[in-house]
Amino acid sequence: MAAVRTSSEVAFNRAAIAAVLVATLIFLAPIYWIASTAFKPKELAITVPPTVLFQPEVTPFIRLFTKRVQMQKTVDPQAYEAAPWWEKRIYDGGERVLKVGKDVQLSQYPDRFMNSLIVAVISTVLAVGMGTFTAYGFSRFKIAGEADLLFFILSTRMLPPVVVAIPMFLMYRMVGLNDSHIGLIILYVAFNLSFSVWLMKGFMDEIPKEYEEAALVDGYTRMQAFFKIVLPEAATGIAATAVFCFITAWNEYAFALIMTNRRAQTAPPFIPSQIGSGLPDWTTIAAGTFLFLLPVAIFTFLLRNHLLRGVTFGAIRK
Amino acid sequence: MASVALTNLDPASRAAARGWSDLTIRNLFIIPTLVFLIVFNIFPLIYSLGYSFTNFAANRSEPWQFVGLQNYRELLSDDHIWSNFVITAKYVIVSVAGQMIVGFGLALLLNRSFPMKGLITTLLLLPMMMSAAVVGLFWQLLYSPSWGPINYVFGLGDFAWLSNPDSALYAVAITDIWMWSPFVMLLSLAGLSAVPQHLYEAAAIDRAGWWYTFTRITLPLVSPILLIALIFRTMEAFKTFDIAYTMTTQPTAELIAIRLYKQAFQQWDTGKSCALAYIVLIMVLAITNLYVKYLNKVKER
Repeated sequence: MAAVRTSSEVAFNRAAIAAVLVATLIFLAPIYWIASTAFKPKELAITVPPTVLFQPEVTPFIRLFTKRVQMQKTVDPQAYEAAPWWEKRIYDGGERVLKVGKDVQLSQYPDRFMNSLIVAVISTVLAVGMGTFTAYGFSRFKIAGEADLLFFILSTRMLPPVVVAIPMFLMYRMVGLNDSHIGLIILYVAFNLSFSVWLMKGFMDEIPKEYEEAALVDGYTRMQAFFKIVLPEAATGIAATAVFCFITAWNEYAFALIMTNRRAQTAPPFIPSQIGSGLPDWTTIAAGTFLFLLPVAIFTFLLRNHLLRGVTFGAIRK
Repeated sequence: MASVALTNLDPASRAAARGWSDLTIRNLFIIPTLVFLIVFNIFPLIYSLGYSFTNFAANRSEPWQFVGLQNYRELLSDDHIWSNFVITAKYVIVSVAGQMIVGFGLALLLNRSFPMKGLITTLLLLPMMMSAAVVGLFWQLLYSPSWGPINYVFGLGDFAWLSNPDSALYAVAITDIWMWSPFVMLLSLAGLSAVPQHLYEAAAIDRAGWWYTFTRITLPLVSPILLIALIFRTMEAFKTFDIAYTMTTQPTAELIAIRLYKQAFQQWDTGKSCALAYIVLIMVLAITNLYVKYLNKVKER
């Protein structure tokens, strides 16, 4: 900008900032709607006009985690008195919590959430581990046809999931990997590996070769230099890559929909399957969605300085 | 002299005398990844290429027969499939154009210093990090005809976004624009911040107008990165499955990936779906090739 700013420039600047704020509100509105619906009383979820201000409550989360049935008659006052606070909330809604003996029956949600966590964490560790080694190899050694190999690696990432899923489904069925954690983990490692190689190669290229060469002169072997010099230098890159891989695996839908149905089903295919027929209980769906999106929102803030790199496979950095 | 000779040696070959050789390490680091990708990505594709020439159906135990190119012939002359491709093309054009305009527009607005810029930029990026399937599901509530906030805010009465055959595809595209404009914005911001300030200063001295500065300085310098965003989003939009699948069941919004899924896992027409998968795959690889070419171009600069 020129040193002297005219008043029209200042006005334009202000208008632009105001526009940014309005756009931010519009972009955040759907996310706010998810979060707020998760804390709404059931009857306020689908009102006309939509309810914006209300007394928040955690009942949707209690419903999310428990198995319930509709009650035929009113609750016995003694049982109501004896019930803990969260169970009273369920009674208030005309339902009762299912129990076996004294144990509360949990809904499927915590299971599916755990499946998502198991599959995402293990596949991330494997993809980033393998990717780090491979990226170092590509970064430091001469490899015949390097560009072609890297293109091959990247192109595996671009394959449409449904295209890969058809033969994988048939093969998994033969070896009994359908609806298993291992089967899903393998698919997610294959999907994230190329990403992890490309992103880590960008980080590796930034570590000066002289560091290792100095270590080699000092009597380290190449492996020692890699583990003691390169890996600590690459720690930030490894962490960023891991978070990206985690988010991708966490959010993945198509493979999970096709390959799992019960035991290993993750949250993304499970949450939409809850809609069912009739009037869906949007507050409970919102509660499940909210808990599921929360980790990604937190990670986005942690990653904010690496987002550009991540979405361009390490090609463009700030 | 001896010590000089020693340090002048290539450090790599000195290291090779101890521990593993560089060649061993290189192979050890790279080959497992390549093998893994070949086994779990390339081999399945070869496997399905084989099936694409058969009438195999995965839900029946009858033996399958080799049918040659029949699957491909039938697919290419099937009006239904063509309409899926037309729907996909419409979707790609609307949603990518929307993302480019909104994303680049946001980047132009953001490309100035103001308080809390970092926070606001990160908040704007949130939609693209979230699960398309789960977010798409929730947009059903936002679009709901009778009590949806969108119809209320815009005064659209009980307009049924997702169950109206004419609007379902565009409703999905709007959600996709909401999700992925931040991606274009992020890339555009990087492009805009790389434009040297002295060019703007020179233009200001020459009393160049806003439009002139924009079309002669900003746009040409940002266009390589915009092109990357455009190709990448085109490829992703072409593959779209989850967001459209969870949002609507309208046949007018049946993208090619959804058609493929239904053919393979609902009609169990496995042989034919493998053939369709190959047609889709070839198209995606063509765009990928283009993408990597431009990515490398920008990288070299």
